[in-house]
Amino acid sequence: MKVIVCVKQVPDTEAAVKIDPETKTLMREGVESITNPFDEFAIEEGLLTVEKYGGDVHVISMGPPQAQEVLRNAYAVGAENVYLISDRAFAGADTWATAYTLASAIKKIGDFDLIICGKQATDGDTGQVGPGIATQLNIPQLTYVDKVVEIDPDNKKIKVERLLEDGKEVVEASLPALITVVKDINEPRLPSLFGIKKAAKIEIPTWTAEDLPVEKEKLGLEGSPTEVVKVFTPEERGGGEILEGEIPEVVSTLVDKLMDMKFIQ
Amino acid sequence: MALNFDLTEEQDMMRRMVRQFAEKEILPVCVELDQKEEFSVHLTRRMADLGLFGAIIPEEYGGTDVGYLSYIISVEEIARVDGSQAATLAAGVSLGISPIFYYGNEKQKQEWLPRLCKGEILASFGLTEPNAGSDAGASKTTAVLENGNWVINGSKIFITNSASEISGICTVQAVTGKRSDGKNELSCILVPNGTEGFEARPMHGKMCWRASNTGELYFTDCTVPEENLLGRRGEGFHQMLATLDGGRLSIGAMGLGGAQGSFEAALQYSRDREQFGRPIGSFQVNAFKMADMATQIEMARLLLYKACWLRDNKREFSREAAMAKLVCSEVFRMCANHAVQLHGGYGLMNEYRVEKFYRNQKLLEIGEGTSEVQRIVIARHIGVPGRAL
Repeated sequence: MKVIVCVKQVPDTEAAVKIDPETKTLMREGVESITNPFDEFAIEEGLLTVEKYGGDVHVISMGPPQAQEVLRNAYAVGAENVYLISDRAFAGADTWATAYTLASAIKKIGDFDLIICGKQATDGDTGQVGPGIATQLNIPQLTYVDKVVEIDPDNKKIKVERLLEDGKEVVEASLPALITVVKDINEPRLPSLFGIKKAAKIEIPTWTAEDLPVEKEKLGLEGSPTEVVKVFTPEERGGGEILEGEIPEVVSTLVDKLMDMKFIQ
Repeated sequence: MALNFDLTEEQDMMRRMVRQFAEKEILPVCVELDQKEEFSVHLTRRMADLGLFGAIIPEEYGGTDVGYLSYIISVEEIARVDGSQAATLAAGVSLGISPIFYYGNEKQKQEWLPRLCKGEILASFGLTEPNAGSDAGASKTTAVLENGNWVINGSKIFITNSASEISGICTVQAVTGKRSDGKNELSCILVPNGTEGFEARPMHGKMCWRASNTGELYFTDCTVPEENLLGRRGEGFHQMLATLDGGRLSIGAMGLGGAQGSFEAALQYSRDREQFGRPIGSFQVNAFKMADMATQIEMARLLLYKACWLRDNKREFSREAAMAKLVCSEVFRMCANHAVQLHGGYGLMNEYRVEKFYRNQKLLEIGEGTSEVQRIVIARHIGVPGRAL
């Protein structure tokens, strides 16, 4: 089994982040960075998978040079193939361009059986990059996985349990496939000092746009079909009002109120 | 450009790892262990799994060899959550493992260090006796060489990690004869737990570190081979002093971590708790307490890390170790006191963490050389007249 895990560096979830009004991006200065918490589960699931079925885990992250840190953490827990995807040309990528770039890096690694992503990142919160990668690579995607029921490496099949809004479903797909995982899927291990010591010393291979099979115009801000028009903190919503009483009475009060607010005429 | 306060990548990663471990695995159980006065083999083994017990031991003996400062940071992070587990680690490394590593011969190191680093067993340092505390040279325990064996008689008290179900070896300081100047000749001898004539009884009813293991040791014609001598005969006093220098750094780390934990608990509470319609932290009288705590913690950390830096760079560090132990213990006292005061009545209840900090703090001004003894050590280093006793 060759498992590829995609991880992202995000601002510490406990820190209060601000948005730059000019560039409409997160202001990262002075904010501690961490591995996206959902990606920790993805790394652990990758490790568990190869412990059970054999093979190796490859971890990739796209981001600025300091994103090395999340790859060192992955290395320290036992994922000993890590790659940083970093180039100024990637800056400002939306979810489409990010998925395109990561899919290109995955093609370069090649010959994979399973891709694991966290269900979403805690900064952008889109949940689109995992499915985007699967689409780019034209492979099945299984999102919100809370349990890998079984993998059959010989017949190239994977069976998982997916979390739905009102229940769970068990689905099967052929490999290679991409799964995105939720937080209860496992209990991420801590690195030991032995792992940390090795991880702190390694040179992390960095792939730039030059190293990837990509079309330049599909990268970064330029290659992003979506544009952030406005970023704002929504006003706090006031408390709602619950009308009680007999139905005809409540309906007539509701109609009056809606007319007062000019929602209906 | 020589002065540099950055920690290495390795140290940053280690601090995060130990903090996560302490918050995820120790925090949920530490109050109950403290109340029940229960030693946790599980948590001890987890600390060993993470490589913490081998922090200053080379890899060839099963250690992780990350240096003294890194080790001290790990003790600090655990003490930030729980003094008892920090005590198990600190005593395990500084008093248990260190003397065997620094003074043991190759055979002794091969025999004991890998198992100690793995956490299979714990080592202890048998120094204090009922009538030999600050006056550690006044040991009454004797070891007599008879037919190639040491025959040990006497007792020890307040020995951390000596009487748990995984305590495996004790370095015992004993009188082995008279020196030419008429003083007692002291030597250290390795005595495995379970040796006939060696009884280790757990001590209960402690105010502090209640979930750590403390033992009372009795030696009655306890016989071990002559080769169990640690280092050379007559070096026991010197070995003990040097071991305690290292021990002081880890007591310092426990003080620093406890102070940090107390401060954080106080800061959180000062934001959450409202009286007179506003958070209590917004009252100047409380804000000043917080400012004092943060300042003193910064001061204590600088001094402790400097002492560790001296040690890691093979410089003299005995004076700074005594200063760091003294300062960190006293800063912890101040922070624990402020933290309880800020919590008001709730601070007296054991469901709030500050109650435990307040109790644990006191040990640090007593163990491994009282604050008074630290002042004596410092006074001797700075050239005051006389022996400053």
